Amino acid sequence: MDLGIIYTIWLREIKKFTREKPRIIGNLAMPFLWLGIMGVGLSATIASGGNYMAFITPGVIGMSLLFTSIFSGVSVIYDRQFGFLKEILVAPASRTDIVLGKVAGSATISILNGILVLILGMLFGGITIEMITPGGFLLALLFMALISAAFVSLGLVIAASMNSMEGFQVIMSLLVMPIFLLSGAFFPLDNVPPVMGIAAAIDPLMYGVDGLRGALIDVSRFAFYTDLGVLAAFSAAMIGLAASMFGKLK
Amino acid sequence: MNIISIKNLTKKFGDFTAVNGISLEIDEGEIFGLLGPNGAGKTTTISMLATLLDPTSGEASVANNSITKKDEVRKSIGVVFQDPSLDDELTARENMDFHGRLYRMSGNERKARTDELLKLVELDDRADSLVRSFSGGMKRRLEIARGLMHLPKVLFLDEPTIGLDPQTRRKLWDHIKQIKKQGVTVILTTHYLDEADSLCDRIAIIDHGNIVALDTPEKLKGILGGDIVTIKVDDIKKMEELLSKEKEVKEVRNFDSSLNILIDDGAIALPKIIQLAQKAKLTVSSATIKRPSLEDVFIHYTGRAIREEEGDNKQTIRAMKGRWR
Ligand SMILES: Nc1ncnc2c1ncn2[C@@H]1O[C@H](COP(=O)(O)OP(=O)(O)OP(=O)(O)O)[C@@H](O)[C@H]1O
Ligand SMILES: [Mg+2]
Repeated sequence: MDLGIIYTIWLREIKKFTREKPRIIGNLAMPFLWLGIMGVGLSATIASGGNYMAFITPGVIGMSLLFTSIFSGVSVIYDRQFGFLKEILVAPASRTDIVLGKVAGSATISILNGILVLILGMLFGGITIEMITPGGFLLALLFMALISAAFVSLGLVIAASMNSMEGFQVIMSLLVMPIFLLSGAFFPLDNVPPVMGIAAAIDPLMYGVDGLRGALIDVSRFAFYTDLGVLAAFSAAMIGLAASMFGKLK
Repeated sequence: MNIISIKNLTKKFGDFTAVNGISLEIDEGEIFGLLGPNGAGKTTTISMLATLLDPTSGEASVANNSITKKDEVRKSIGVVFQDPSLDDELTARENMDFHGRLYRMSGNERKARTDELLKLVELDDRADSLVRSFSGGMKRRLEIARGLMHLPKVLFLDEPTIGLDPQTRRKLWDHIKQIKKQGVTVILTTHYLDEADSLCDRIAIIDHGNIVALDTPEKLKGILGGDIVTIKVDDIKKMEELLSKEKEVKEVRNFDSSLNILIDDGAIALPKIIQLAQKAKLTVSSATIKRPSLEDVFIHYTGRAIREEEGDNKQTIRAMKGRWR
């Protein structure tokens, strides 16, 4: 592992991000809509409404991380189309370091984004500042980093196996949306039919959202190390897969 | 000394053979040209040498390392790809810096080298502009500078001047000659004949994945034998008749307003030709001597004539009809 290479790739991601100010706002638009419409709307209909906003805030953070990370990973397709990927691939740098650099860069951006969504959730009154302990906050950051790492690498795997953005719509509806909807971000998974329960159990984001809930509102289905373990294993597997697929890229 | 040696290098895409067992040695410090038409296999060859594509069979070494030792080879080469490979959203300096970091150069080295190279390719005044705002020629110059950033022993230039205007091309040639002076071996592909002619120490003409000729531009042009003397004369028909009776004249071609004469040693032949005209009371109004161009040689090797498997000079020249300039 060469930290210099990882840092180099990281730096490019960050530089490009800070140059695209609209992206920061754009990334917050969807969480805002979910919290502002779904959150407010459902809070008003559900009898014990007060807690719903708190319940979905970690879910919306997870959702936002999922989408920004997948997009960030898949955006490597543009680097491929515009030729820049060749510049990276012809350098004496290990594919794993290149992937780690990309993951680190995107994770940094995603965590920043996650914190902003958390603040948004607070503004909507779901989570109060008193609810968050320093330890819980750090744990939340850890989960954000893992969720991001997992899905950036998944995005890279998708990018490495596609030649253009054309197939991306299909991947969105057949892979990304199910991951999102089954993650338990918007409704509790405790009483769902068994089939759905099983599907949710193999959804890595479910563990991420559960971990975030544990860290932020102290409500969770699994022990935190279960969430952490599953997510970390999935991330590592995805990073490995992405690195090996990048090794084979032309 | 050989800096690149290639043995029976082959690349197949499915059933299609893009590079067909080529063998080749390239000397340290030379500018070596791969000249061939579209689809000849130039880029495929370079991709294999640059470790981006694994050969189907055969072997090659670059700067004393087999191309299977990818990292070692990668450290010693710079590549300018046929298609653009800059990050448009970064500045020229940032593109250079990114490259330097990838090759583990220190901060001071990167700064010094960036300044030096941007000056070399005359982009120092645009160092901090986004690449998006650059013209095609500026981007190409930046890519060449970037390829040199980490002091590679070998620089691959895949069609370095494609799509550029004549003035910009000439400027790039000057830069490439400068690079050679610094001791870098340059492998360039092109299908511009004048480019290969004026830049390369040696040229391999490559067609359908095979090397069909390999030599210095001078010797390649010598293959056709003789010079081309072009004259303008008041009675072209009569002059053509006269010349075709001379046994030293290998071929006469009538271009309506002028005559092209293929003949050994044009400088000695020209006075004789003028004498011949004067004897017949004809007036020669202008005369030039030139060597057959690389283009003529290129047609000789990749055009129809060579496919018919003949080696006869006359036939070859017939195939070049209208090609003399
Ligand atoms: N990845 C690939 N899959 C299938 N065929 C390929 C691939 N890459 C190249 N080819 C084929 O191999 C042949 C040689 O291609 P190559 O790009 O090396 O030609 P070239 O000499 O660089 O041509 P040009 O002057 O157009 O750049 C072409 O017929 C091309 O279609
Ligand atoms: Mg090519």
